[in-house]
Amino acid sequence: MLEVRDLEKRYGRTVAVDRLSFTVRPGMVTGFLGPNGAGKSTTMRMMLDLDHPTGGQVRIDGVRYRDLRRPLTKVGALLEAKSTHAGRRAYDHLLWLAQTNGIPASRVSSVLELVGLGGVGRRRAKALSLGMAQRLGIAAALLGDPPVLLLDEPVNGLDPEGVHWIRGLLRGLAAEGRTVFVSSHLMSEMSLTADHLVVIDRGRLLADVSLADFVASHGSLEAGFLSLTAGGGAR
Amino acid sequence: MISFASAELTKLRTVRSTPWTLAAFVVVSAGLAFLLELTLRNAQRMEGYDPLMAAFLPLTLGQMALVVFGAMAVTSEYSSGTIRASLAAVPDRRRFFLAKVAAVAAVAAGVSLVTVPVTVVAARMRLSSAEVLEACAGAWIYLTLMCVFTVGVATMVRHTALVLGGLLPVLFLGSQGLGNVPAIRKVTQFLPDQTGWVVMHLAGPQDDPRWARDYSAWGGLGLLALWTVAALLGGYLVLRRRDA
Repeated sequence: MLEVRDLEKRYGRTVAVDRLSFTVRPGMVTGFLGPNGAGKSTTMRMMLDLDHPTGGQVRIDGVRYRDLRRPLTKVGALLEAKSTHAGRRAYDHLLWLAQTNGIPASRVSSVLELVGLGGVGRRRAKALSLGMAQRLGIAAALLGDPPVLLLDEPVNGLDPEGVHWIRGLLRGLAAEGRTVFVSSHLMSEMSLTADHLVVIDRGRLLADVSLADFVASHGSLEAGFLSLTAGGGAR
Repeated sequence: MISFASAELTKLRTVRSTPWTLAAFVVVSAGLAFLLELTLRNAQRMEGYDPLMAAFLPLTLGQMALVVFGAMAVTSEYSSGTIRASLAAVPDRRRFFLAKVAAVAAVAAGVSLVTVPVTVVAARMRLSSAEVLEACAGAWIYLTLMCVFTVGVATMVRHTALVLGGLLPVLFLGSQGLGNVPAIRKVTQFLPDQTGWVVMHLAGPQDDPRWARDYSAWGGLGLLALWTVAALLGGYLVLRRRDA
């Protein structure tokens, strides 16, 4: 369970995240929707204590991220911005991550197999295609077999086969009882993957409803999303 | 804490800049020492000539590579975005920073422990007299501290170009020029790179008032330790405060 309470991030006078509160529950895929620049990535970085909130807090099963022991075994994250050294081999990237959290090195090979990178672990990150790099990021998120997963735009750069794969992966992880929180600006993708939606725009919460209720009240996910976010006009 | 430091060692081991910069440190130091000794051999009858200069002056040039190694250990985290993965894995920034510093210090100390005697031997000196061994120990501590000092500076400024643009002029000008200009030596003798010159026999005969510094050989290394602590403290405060 992931609880966001009155979360706020200001850069000078600009408000990127505006007193956001919602709860992400286990056993389902929660889609985090919003147009580009809505504050999704900033919110996810604050969930990981990478960015310091100017107000409010995030709790993971009641604990702040920075107070988690061996955090990779509690929360797995894929961030939108790249976080691998171009000259480091895929295997080595996962190896040092595993070492920080006392995860056995044997897990590195098995997680590479799991995401379909078993054959390219020796490749340096810069020699991976966009889709492979995305799979490496997902391997890093799964490394500690965490009960909570935060994935920022995971289908970016994936080919149709990869998109299909990640859809099945996310559904499967949720079916195992994990908390799965996935951001996207692709509504069609969310309508196929998510059980629950958290919609934000300009840092503010617009909706926190089940996918079924959202579609029932708006006709379709796309129509609902556009009518909710159109209120702001030009930005 | 041990696991964090071993992860940092893995990071250092698995990028190609590490073997390149460290090899450059050894080769430049020892190669220049060999050449300088050939050049200076005939000058040995000159008054005040210190044969240790041929061994230790090259180390002040070779240290540039060691400084680049220390800088890149930090700046590559930011240029590649690895810092986000690092801090998600180790959210306690104090421990992350300590592990990084410990790993870089261990590698710098290990490589310097080889480079210093190799450079001295390349300058055709014997590692026998107490005087030479004391200078070697001083050089070893000096080089290790300079590398750790760089880690602190790099954590404050985060970009390779800024670190090197800031430090290399100081190291070059300080060492090769400004340090011996009498009028400003009162101040420049306290620059980090200059603090190791007395212990490495590069500051001139210390019983001659023209060259005497305001600190002793080991006092200079004490000053460098203070510089290093200050840089690390600055680096930590910036790391703790900023968004990753």
